[in-house]
Amino acid sequence: MSQDSSQPTHTPAALLGLAWALVGIPLVYGLWQTVKTAATLFAGG
Amino acid sequence: MAVPSFLARERIVARPGFNRWLIPPAALAVHLCIGQVYATSVYKAALVKHFGSSLTAIGVVFSIAIVMLGLSAAVFGTWVDRNGPRAAMFTAALFWSAGFLVGSLGIATGQLWLLYLGYGVIGGIGLGIGYISPVSTLIKWFPDRPGLATGMAIMGFGGGALIASPLSRQLMTWYDSSYNPADKTSVPGGSSVALLFLTLGLIYLVFMMFGAFIVRVPADGWKPAGWDPSMVKHRELVTRESVSAANSIKTPQFWLLWIVLFCNVTAGIGILEQAAPMIQDFFRNGTTSTVAAAAAAGFVGLLSLFNMGGRFVWSTTSDFLGRKPMYMIYLGGGMLLYIALATVGSSATWLFVLLAAVIISFYGGGFSTAPAYLRDLFGTFQVGAIHGRLLTAWSAAGVAGPLIVNGVLDTRGTPGELVAGDYRPALFIMVGLLAVGFVANLLVKPVAAKWHEPSSTPATTERSAA
Repeated sequence: MSQDSSQPTHTPAALLGLAWALVGIPLVYGLWQTVKTAATLFAGG
Repeated sequence: MAVPSFLARERIVARPGFNRWLIPPAALAVHLCIGQVYATSVYKAALVKHFGSSLTAIGVVFSIAIVMLGLSAAVFGTWVDRNGPRAAMFTAALFWSAGFLVGSLGIATGQLWLLYLGYGVIGGIGLGIGYISPVSTLIKWFPDRPGLATGMAIMGFGGGALIASPLSRQLMTWYDSSYNPADKTSVPGGSSVALLFLTLGLIYLVFMMFGAFIVRVPADGWKPAGWDPSMVKHRELVTRESVSAANSIKTPQFWLLWIVLFCNVTAGIGILEQAAPMIQDFFRNGTTSTVAAAAAAGFVGLLSLFNMGGRFVWSTTSDFLGRKPMYMIYLGGGMLLYIALATVGSSATWLFVLLAAVIISFYGGGFSTAPAYLRDLFGTFQVGAIHGRLLTAWSAAGVAGPLIVNGVLDTRGTPGELVAGDYRPALFIMVGLLAVGFVANLLVKPVAAKWHEPSSTPATTERSAA
C-alpha cells in the first residue's frame, strides 16, 4: 500500500489478530514444550 | 547502498490511524526466527558423528555465528537506520535463510567448511541485521514505553530457542525413523539434519518476510494519542537531543555501557554454558549426583524460561524505575546472588535453582534494557546503529565467558568428578566482573552537549520526532 498519503487508515482487527496469532501460537508451543521439560526438575530428580 | 523502492523507508510510513500494536508481532516474527541460534545443541551430536569431528569443531559454527552477529550489527547498523526496518528485515531474512540452505548443502555433501560459511558467516550476518532491525522502529512507535517495546522483541530472541528445540527434534524424528529423542543415546543421521536445515531455512524465510511486509515506521511528528512528551517526568539521563552513531563511540557513556553489557553477559554465560553439568556437580555425592540427567535437562529448560521472561519483565520495569537503577539491580543484585550461589548454593536444590534462575533473568534483562538505555542517552536519531555497535560487547562476552569458566574448571579436575567447591573460583571471578560493571554503570552521566547534533539538521528533525 502506498504510504505517502496523509489519508487516515484503519488497521483491520483481523490483520492484527492474524499477526499476533502467527507469532503467539509458535511461542505458546515452545513455552509448553519447555515447561514440560522443566517439570522433570521437580519430578523427583 | 540504495535499496529497491518497495523496501524503502518512504514506502512504509504509516498513515494516521495505523495501529502501532501491529509492530511488535512484526518484530517478533524476526526475533523468534533468529533466536534459533541458541538451539544448536539439539543437533550438535548428530553433526559430530556425521562429520567425524570433535565437539569443539562443531561448536565453532555457533561461535562464528555469534561473532558475525556482533560484527554485522556494528557494520550495518547505520545502513539499517538509514533504510528502515523493512529493508533490514528483508535482508536479514535472505541472509538467515541462505545460511541454512548453504549449511544444509554442506551437511549433505560432507563439507564442514560450507557449514561454517553458511550457518556461521552468512547466517551470522542475518542474525546481526535481524537483531537490530526492529529496535529503533519499536522505540519510535512506543516513546511512552521503550523498555516494554524492546523487551517484547528481544524476549522473542529468547523464545526462538524454545520453539526451535522441540520443533527440530520433531522434524528429525520424521526425517530419520530410527531416531528417538527420548533415548539419550539415539543420534539422528546427517541427512536428517541436512533436511532439517532445509526446512528451517524455508520456514524462517516465509516467517521473517511476513514481519518485513507488515512493519511500518511512524510519520514525522507522530506521537501516541494522549501522550505529551513535555508531561513526562524528567529524568537526568533521558535526553531530547540526538547523537549520531559516529559520535556516540567517541563518548565515555558508550564505552561505559559496553563494559556494563560485557560484564553482565559474561557473568550470565558462565551459568548458561555449564547449566546441566553444574547442577549435577553441585549436588554430587561421590561419583553420583543426587540430580538426575533428566532433571538437569529440566533445569536448563527452566533457565530458558527465566532468560526469556527476564527480557520482558525487567525491561518493562525499567520504564518505571529508570535504566541506570535497573542496571544497578542487575549488576549489584547479581553480585549478591553469585556470592550466595558460591557459598550456600549447594545446601539445597531449590535454593540453587532459585538463585540461578534470578541470575539468568537479570542476564536476559540486561540485553533487552540496553536499547532503551541507549535511547535515553543518545536519543532516537541513530539508536539502531549505536545498538549495533554496542552488540560487539556480546560477541566479546561470548568468547570470554566460556573461556573463564572452562579455564577454571580445567584446573580443578575432570568433568563428571567436579563438586560445588570447584566452581567457586569461577563464580567469584563473575562477582568481580559484575563489580566492574556496577562501577561502570555508576559512572554513566548525561552525554556532553558538544556531541549533540545541531537541532536544525533535517535528519535530526526527521528522526527525532518520536
